[in-house]
Amino acid sequence: MIWNETKECMTRDELTDLQGKRLHKQVDRIYHNVEFYRKKMQERGVEPGDIQTVEDLDKLPFTTYEDLKNNYPYGLLAVPRQEIVRVQASSGTTGKPKVLCYTRRDIDIWSECVARAMSMAGVTRDDIIQVGYGYGLFTGGLGAHYGAENLGAMVIPMSTGNTKKLIDMMIDCEVTAIACTPSYLLHVAEALEEQGLVDRIKLKYAVCGAEPWTDEMRAQIERRLNIKAYDIYGLTEIMGPGVACDCRFHKGLHIYEDHFLPEIIDPDTLEQKPHGELGELCITTLTKEGMPLLRYRTRDLTSLEYGQCECGRTMARIQRFRGRSDDMLVIRGVNVFPSQVEHALLTVAGTTPNYFITVDRVNNNDTFDVAIEVEERFFSDEVKKLEKLRSDVEDAIHQTVGIKAKVKLVEPNALPHSEGKTKHVEDKRRLT
Amino acid sequence: MLVKQLSVFLENRPGTLDEALKVLKEADINMKALSLADTSEFGVMRIIADKPDEAKQAMKNAGYTSIVNEVISVELKSEVGYLAGIVKKISDAGVNIEYMYAAPSKDSEAKMLIKTDDAARAQSALGE
Repeated sequence: MIWNETKECMTRDELTDLQGKRLHKQVDRIYHNVEFYRKKMQERGVEPGDIQTVEDLDKLPFTTYEDLKNNYPYGLLAVPRQEIVRVQASSGTTGKPKVLCYTRRDIDIWSECVARAMSMAGVTRDDIIQVGYGYGLFTGGLGAHYGAENLGAMVIPMSTGNTKKLIDMMIDCEVTAIACTPSYLLHVAEALEEQGLVDRIKLKYAVCGAEPWTDEMRAQIERRLNIKAYDIYGLTEIMGPGVACDCRFHKGLHIYEDHFLPEIIDPDTLEQKPHGELGELCITTLTKEGMPLLRYRTRDLTSLEYGQCECGRTMARIQRFRGRSDDMLVIRGVNVFPSQVEHALLTVAGTTPNYFITVDRVNNNDTFDVAIEVEERFFSDEVKKLEKLRSDVEDAIHQTVGIKAKVKLVEPNALPHSEGKTKHVEDKRRLT
Repeated sequence: MLVKQLSVFLENRPGTLDEALKVLKEADINMKALSLADTSEFGVMRIIADKPDEAKQAMKNAGYTSIVNEVISVELKSEVGYLAGIVKKISDAGVNIEYMYAAPSKDSEAKMLIKTDDAARAQSALGE
């Protein structure tokens, strides 16, 4: 089902026209309300009047996550603080989180986009949906919740951490849809299989996101639970989940272009790339009031397909993600930067010892191992002190990153050292 | 009496002890006592050697993390309850024993090497 056919199936000309008008209006608002952007535009010699159509997009400045960090927490607000009704956040590279502010209308648009995504997956007001994303600063829980409610479905706000209760309610309440990370859903599938309960569930659809996953994972989920699984994409900086979602034809993720203007750039030259070419995805928020962003660099490498889809939608489709243009890792749905691990080591050891991060996926769960070379200044003849060092590092990483790592102490020179930039990460998961 | 002890960080896997001991042999270090503390992933090798500082340098040159510090050395008598008496004196002084291990002695039948959280108080409790 198509939630908003008027918008989702507009002709390209109508859409381009709408995007141009919204872009002009948005840039005008931003210029007059956000000093950060006004300065950046003045540096480039651009005035709001110069931006009339989507063709003018490349005249505008980019926004990076460093900009969000530097303007923490309210520096990029385009409305008075009183207009903000919600704050969400995601962990930053070090220290301060990235904080995003929503007006009431922003929340409405977010709910609209998530409703579109869930409709795409087949969810209707007749469905009973469990939201298995974390509720709180993370956008997954509340984002999926509001979208499903907007759709009229019955929402069970499970959050994360209690698989037994989730399974009990899934059976007892006759749950027909679920929103959670794909790896968690596989974990649920395993638990159902172990207890011989797969036949007892009424589940039909899953809307999975917050971490990269593969067609093989989708096939596994669909086969083991006898359901249909869909990929929902989003990022806190832009809104949260529901920026894009795939339809039953699985030909890419339809990005809701009437709200999010996508472009692909070369991450080195920052030049726009022609349609269909691979590069970094940048998004301009066309309707966001609270904290609108111009040309936000997502660091996700992909390409865009513009032709109309078999499902009838005209919105461009984000193709398979090919990795990142920075060193960010997504582990168990959480964004992790190696610099955060470095920061945690610094707070415990006083300096950063040589370290190595290994990420893998074992039985559909991400493993996150951090090996640290034991140096003389924090070595002790007492095992008690070494064990304390290890658990202090684990706690510091948990606090900084938000997820637990398994820390291992190793001998000096046990880890790769190379000329120049030392290699600190190996991601053994094959997700791209 | 306080004696110098060399402690070396080792990973808990086959071959690490062999390699470490080879380094000491090649540096012509004679060992008087050795104790291994183990966890599932790493271990600490503690050694009383004839030339502890040279031993440390040799380990460092070979790329090992090691430190030299001091432990209390107590001569033992082969009597029932003799060690218990020593331990009682230390614990009565409110000092915690981190670890200890035995070694042969020239002067008596054996000696005990003791690491505490307060060497000075432990020594005075032992009447040294």
